[in-house]
Amino acid sequence: MIEFRAVDKSFNDETVLRQVSFRIRPGETKIIVGASGSGKSTILKLILGLIRPESGQILIEGRDITALGEEEMVSVRRQIGMVFQEGALFDSLSVRENVGYRFFEEGTMEEAEIEQEVLRLLGFVGLAEAIDKMPAELSGGMKRRVGIARALAGSPRVVLYDEPTAGLDPITKRTIVELMIKLRDLEGVTSVFVTHDLQAATTIASEFATVDGEGRVRFSREKAPRRLLNINFILLENGRICFEGNHQQLMDCEIPYVRRFVD
Amino acid sequence: MRVFNVLSRAVVSSIQTIQSYTLLSVRAVANIFSRPVYWREIVLQMDRIGVGSLTIVALTGFFTGAVMAIQSEGALRRYGAVGMTGQLVALTVIRELGPVLSALMLAGRIGAGIASELGSMVVSEQINAMRALGTDPIRRLVTPRILAMVLMLPVLTIVCDAIGMVGGWIIAVYKLLISSNQYWSDALNALQFSDLVGTLVKPVVFGFIIAMTGCYVGLSTTGGTEGVGRSTTRAVVSASIMVIVADFFLNNLLIYFAPLMNR
Repeated sequence: MIEFRAVDKSFNDETVLRQVSFRIRPGETKIIVGASGSGKSTILKLILGLIRPESGQILIEGRDITALGEEEMVSVRRQIGMVFQEGALFDSLSVRENVGYRFFEEGTMEEAEIEQEVLRLLGFVGLAEAIDKMPAELSGGMKRRVGIARALAGSPRVVLYDEPTAGLDPITKRTIVELMIKLRDLEGVTSVFVTHDLQAATTIASEFATVDGEGRVRFSREKAPRRLLNINFILLENGRICFEGNHQQLMDCEIPYVRRFVD
Repeated sequence: MRVFNVLSRAVVSSIQTIQSYTLLSVRAVANIFSRPVYWREIVLQMDRIGVGSLTIVALTGFFTGAVMAIQSEGALRRYGAVGMTGQLVALTVIRELGPVLSALMLAGRIGAGIASELGSMVVSEQINAMRALGTDPIRRLVTPRILAMVLMLPVLTIVCDAIGMVGGWIIAVYKLLISSNQYWSDALNALQFSDLVGTLVKPVVFGFIIAMTGCYVGLSTTGGTEGVGRSTTRAVVSASIMVIVADFFLNNLLIYFAPLMNR
């Protein structure tokens, strides 16, 4: 579904990504870990076409997006939702307008329909009561959750997360991680999760969500390695992929940089 | 060799700046003639720029007119021509000071505001979020600001000119003891059609320069919140200098075409 082929990217003569190649299958969760400045967020921006690589190809649904113009990228971006590091909510718009932004822009839905959809999305992230608030009135964790709700508008098939748990307290971090697990397991969304928070990444790789008989979402820890097949890690070291594999392989890997990172 | 490298880098960087400034201008202007047009944003910006700047422009106009009348007294009295105060105030305020001072006030108030607003949006990734949600930031943010500025600065300049004339009139009547009738008839007789054209054409050009520079500098912000501060200063300084330079060329053009216009 998403494929990188020998992608190089530099900023101001400094190479950020070197010959990066990987594939993300439909329904897969790809967790990209690495130290700050290793090029993790650059990968997300490349997938969205916000920046262009110097060389290599980026294929989304088999279509090379590296040569597409801004207008052509709109249809590609419609399939992808992005959760930015600090939420990146529009300061001048209310939570309602932020979450419903895509619908207001497209202009194909009635106001009442948009309101209903916004309430559904805010309900998913547990913030329906914040619909009339402005971003300045929200806490850091609430901003990220509204950011997730906004990214889910239009039911994208892929959601990209750029360090959504960075700088949050453990309880809020857990809330965000649970939302990501819910999206993966209950909505079947393909995700790319960029982080240097190995604890959050481990939780995502080892827990799953189910709905019980009363309609409540339950989170359980996976014992068998079966589920791990659909969750893969990439570890970046100075713009190069130094490890690719599942959680168990990451933990067992003997590459010195991987060991330093994991330990 | 080192000096040559530094110089060549500076030249290349200047050419790149001019190129991207021109490209942004062309795209922003072209957006006016294609859909979607963000009417709500245009009206909002017109309110911010027009109504919001009315007080400072009125105060600037009033005191400039008054000062011109006071200053002219000494020179005119020497030739026994104090009665020509109206003419002097009208020509200086309407031809030159009204348009230029209004533009400089707005370069400070609006140019800085645009640069800091867009700069903050860049560093907090709101611009990327906008693109990720399928909106062209130039169409949504730059075009409305340029349109609003180009439409509102001429109106504000007319207000500045009119209040400047009133400021001069108060000094003329109460300090210089010139009759009201003489002041106004002298002032109106001194004005030619080319002066009125100039007072309307100049603010259109100045408005474009201020909004465009604010948007360009804001959108090229780098370096976090510190960068936003730098951009704000850069926008005000660059726009002010560009206004003064443009005024020189516009004056030459207006003087060249004045005989044609005043026929």
